[in-house]
Amino acid sequence: MSHDGSDAAAGDVAPIPDSNPVLTQADRSRFEPSPEPAERRVLVVEDEPNISEAIRYILQRDGFSVTLLASGEGVLETIAAKDPALVILDAMLPGVSGLDILRALRGQPGTAALPVILLTAKGSAQAREQAIEAGASLFMAKPFANAALLEAVRNLVEA
Amino acid sequence: MKPPRAPLFLERKTYRRRRLMDAARILPVVGFVLILLPVLWSGGDEGLSTATEALYLFGLWLALVVAAFLLSGPLRKALHPDPDSPPDPATPPRDEDGR
Amino acid sequence: MTLNILVPAALAYVVFLFVIASLAERRAERLRAEGRRPRFLRSPVVYTLSLSVYCTAWTFYGAVGYAARSGLEFATIYLGPTLVFIGWWWILRKLVRIGKAQRVTSIADLVSSRYGKSNAVGVLVTLLAVTATMPYIALQLQSIALSFGAFAQGAPLAPRQLAMWVAAGLAVFTILFGTRNLDANEQHHGVVTAIAVEAVVKLVALLAVGIWVVWGLLDGPSDILARMAAAERPDWAIQPGRWMGLTFLAGVAVLTLPRMFQVLVVENSDERHLATASWAFPLYLFAMSLFVLPIAVAGLTLLPSGMNPDLFVLTLPHALGQNGLAMLAFLGGFSAATSMVIIAAIALATMVSNHIVVPLWLTSRRRAAARGLAPMREAGEMRGLVLNARRLSIAGILALGYVYFAVSGGSRALAAIGLISFAGMAQVLPALVGALYWRGASRVGALAGLVTGALVWLYALFLPSFGPGVLMSASLMVDGPFGLSWLRPHALFGVAGLDPLLHALFWSLSLNAAAFIAGSLVSFPGPIERVQSAQFVNVYDLEAQTEIPGTRGWSRDAAENEAEDLLAMSQQLLGADTAQAFFLAAAKGQGRSGFLPDPTPDFLDRLERELAGSVGAATAHAMIAQIVGGRLVTVEDLMAVASETAQIMEHSAQLEAKSEELARTARQLREANEMLQRLSVQKDSFLSQISHELRTPMTSIRAFSEILMDDEVTPEEITRYAQIIQDESIRLTRLLDDLLDLSVLENGQVNLDIRTARLGDLIERAVMASNSVPPQRPFTIRRQPGGEEIALETDTGRLTQVFINIVTNARKYCDAPEPELRINTRLRAGRVSVDFIDNGSGIPKESQVLIFEKFARLTDTHQAGGAGLGLAICREIMHNLGGDIAYLPGQGGAAFRVSFPARLRKGASKAAR
Repeated sequence: MSHDGSDAAAGDVAPIPDSNPVLTQADRSRFEPSPEPAERRVLVVEDEPNISEAIRYILQRDGFSVTLLASGEGVLETIAAKDPALVILDAMLPGVSGLDILRALRGQPGTAALPVILLTAKGSAQAREQAIEAGASLFMAKPFANAALLEAVRNLVEA
Repeated sequence: MKPPRAPLFLERKTYRRRRLMDAARILPVVGFVLILLPVLWSGGDEGLSTATEALYLFGLWLALVVAAFLLSGPLRKALHPDPDSPPDPATPPRDEDGR
Repeated sequence: MTLNILVPAALAYVVFLFVIASLAERRAERLRAEGRRPRFLRSPVVYTLSLSVYCTAWTFYGAVGYAARSGLEFATIYLGPTLVFIGWWWILRKLVRIGKAQRVTSIADLVSSRYGKSNAVGVLVTLLAVTATMPYIALQLQSIALSFGAFAQGAPLAPRQLAMWVAAGLAVFTILFGTRNLDANEQHHGVVTAIAVEAVVKLVALLAVGIWVVWGLLDGPSDILARMAAAERPDWAIQPGRWMGLTFLAGVAVLTLPRMFQVLVVENSDERHLATASWAFPLYLFAMSLFVLPIAVAGLTLLPSGMNPDLFVLTLPHALGQNGLAMLAFLGGFSAATSMVIIAAIALATMVSNHIVVPLWLTSRRRAAARGLAPMREAGEMRGLVLNARRLSIAGILALGYVYFAVSGGSRALAAIGLISFAGMAQVLPALVGALYWRGASRVGALAGLVTGALVWLYALFLPSFGPGVLMSASLMVDGPFGLSWLRPHALFGVAGLDPLLHALFWSLSLNAAAFIAGSLVSFPGPIERVQSAQFVNVYDLEAQTEIPGTRGWSRDAAENEAEDLLAMSQQLLGADTAQAFFLAAAKGQGRSGFLPDPTPDFLDRLERELAGSVGAATAHAMIAQIVGGRLVTVEDLMAVASETAQIMEHSAQLEAKSEELARTARQLREANEMLQRLSVQKDSFLSQISHELRTPMTSIRAFSEILMDDEVTPEEITRYAQIIQDESIRLTRLLDDLLDLSVLENGQVNLDIRTARLGDLIERAVMASNSVPPQRPFTIRRQPGGEEIALETDTGRLTQVFINIVTNARKYCDAPEPELRINTRLRAGRVSVDFIDNGSGIPKESQVLIFEKFARLTDTHQAGGAGLGLAICREIMHNLGGDIAYLPGQGGAAFRVSFPARLRKGASKAAR
């Protein structure tokens, strides 16, 4: 055996894709300087740039302030810094999985009660069970209706 | 995998081949003896002349070549015997150190 | 006739030989490319003629001189070999059979292989051979210098300078044609053919001079006989001791001289050629000797006394105005000298490189590895080293031969030097005969015998041969060392009055044999020695060696992952092609796919023998042992086999073979089962994967189409979002296309679009297409522009698709800091193979079987950017093109080989598979 080729190691071998500039400089200057009330801030963790852009559009139109993250790294730090009212989390992220991040959030006293919507492209019942077990406030399968997502965010933030 | 023991009696063809191999083994011995013959002649007072010895020696040489030629044809065929024929008895299967 | 004609004639002759050799080499090359054997180049006639390297300048010039001095005695030198050849059924047959079975490269290799693959034995025989052959090479140079001198007629000519040029020219020829290949079984077609031509030239020349002397100069045979009687002198009387001793010595020499062993055993391509040589070679010797005495008599009676009889062949026609004949005789002598030097240099160079240079280098490399220096990666590096070692050895040996000639002054009679060489090499005889016929002969005995014999030979014959006062003081010669008269070099143990040659021969061989037997009787052979003794002595019984237990050098399977290391090592030595073909065939024989067979003892044995054909048994054994370590057969293993009765042995052999086979089958079944399970798991995960792949673009499409339906959207946003929707639709379509493509390819319903193209263009297209693939980073692609000039007639579009896929993968996954991809192409017997080798960390062995399966993917989705169908599609395409794609292990990075027929014929594709 040429090296210890567990699957995780094999995964590590591949280069990380070019950083996903979901949050452009222009976006930052548009949304960050005007601090919104805490209950209007939402963090979206999603690696598909097109999907996260759609979510941002939908929520912004309704007056939410949206922060985007393209990978699972630095989620906890971003939450600590931005203090969002809600997190939308993709289940399949490069590197750390969405479920693991969720479990980490639930394990921390500060974020144990933070509403989290788990998005997944796997529609199976098993995936739903896993999500609820890990402590998701809501589980949504892709593709979703824009209205349904907005409705869910509103309900969870206001609750 | 070899047969446990070579058969005691052989069919005609195999028998002939065996005797041919014997002849091939004997030929150089006979040749050596005949080549040494001039040594014995020159032992006496009146040794043969070099010319006579040369005639004898080259004649013998040619005879040996002809004999080897006659043997070489059949022996070539015996080099790779049929797989069903018994193994060469000249090199019987032996344990290490002949035990 | 002057040198003005002679030198150009010799040069023209040399050019002629060059042409012959390169034509033969090229023809053999072409036939090999077509997968055929060079039939004429390796016919019994060529084999017999090549054996004539026995007849050197010593024969051509020296035999006449010998006859003029001592009468018929010269004939013993040719009668000995005659007896050995007509008695081929005794020794030669066994020698050649063993040489083939063990892939022996030289006489040193044969002896070392038999005595436990001991390199000490190999080194000893090599040193002896070099020492004994050096004077002989000097002798050839001297004869060429002398023959030029015979024409010089007082013109100032520097024999040393001339000899130097000849030596240099021969070195160039030998290096050019003697070191093209490594492997013993495909060696030296060019050289052997040139030697055969030279054999004809020297025979024709000598016969021509002889016929002219007998019927042109004199009045036929009766006149010769009359003159012979008249010229008779007391020196001509046969001396019984020398007569017998020399016949024996010459018979031994024909077996043990390095050059004879080279043409007799190493260059033998078919055992049956021996049957022809058994009478044809004695006939050649007969013809070479027939006119020796007549020429000697004519020279003695017709030429003025005081002429050197060693040159009668040349001076007789020259002095009598037969210039054409003299020229022919000159070329004959030139042929005789050059052919000996060339073959001797090749044989000695093989010994020196295999037994001295390579072992030294391996040791130094092991030390370097122990110090943590980087191991070599480049395939063929070792092969280059061995070839260069041979080239240097050839140059060195010829240089030494020249130095010997320059120092010794070349004044002594030709015959004396030749016999000293013969006696030196004869010291190998006891070890050789023991190797072939005595199971009890051991390494200790062989070493003891060789050392004893060599020392006695040096002391009693070789050193005194330089004359008193040169290397041995005159007083030592007369009184013995320290005044011990019983140790006088020419009268050991008080045996005075014997001819010095006979004296040395008697004592060296007797003491040698005694030491050999005594050493063998008191020592206990190691396991490898015992295995080899069975392989040698019972070679006829062991036709199917692998069937009999206890005849293998390796007792247990090597660890499976060592197969890859073995392949990497073999590639360095045999070259990538040969090594891969060998491993592939072995794997196929075991019913495995891919390049890595199970490293069973049987496989290790065969691999070792394959390597032995290049570097000799001792080195090959050491190299394999270095990788697989302690799996050597032990004395206990052997005893276990030996202590059982023959029947139980046979029974257990069958059982063992069966249980081994069962174990292997079971393992293969287990492997297949594991593979099925893995595939089933993969299929499940693929379904969820495919769901993910379909849902992800769907999500974007649905979200943005809903947004577009909203009337608040700005025109810029409309354009942007429509673009996203289009991109994601394309992504969906591509995925569906791939799935469809694969399904069509798998069912063999594909319509091939056959076009003609140049391979290089397709590769170029693939490289260009993959340029745009992320990550964008410096990526070096090394190609062989020359090798890509291959005309193809196949589905070029599909083929390019495969190339693009592989190059793109390399770009994506090669994890080296300076990523680099080598693309090697080659055309062999109508099949093209293209290797793509990167310098990353490669693919782990357990994944190598999976990568071509559908939906297999080693990394996660986002990085791969596809659904893991790429290599599966590639494989299906290649099957449809009548070819294959495989992972090549052991290349130092990820490596893929795409192979396919250059011209795709109907029915060659998958349908016919």
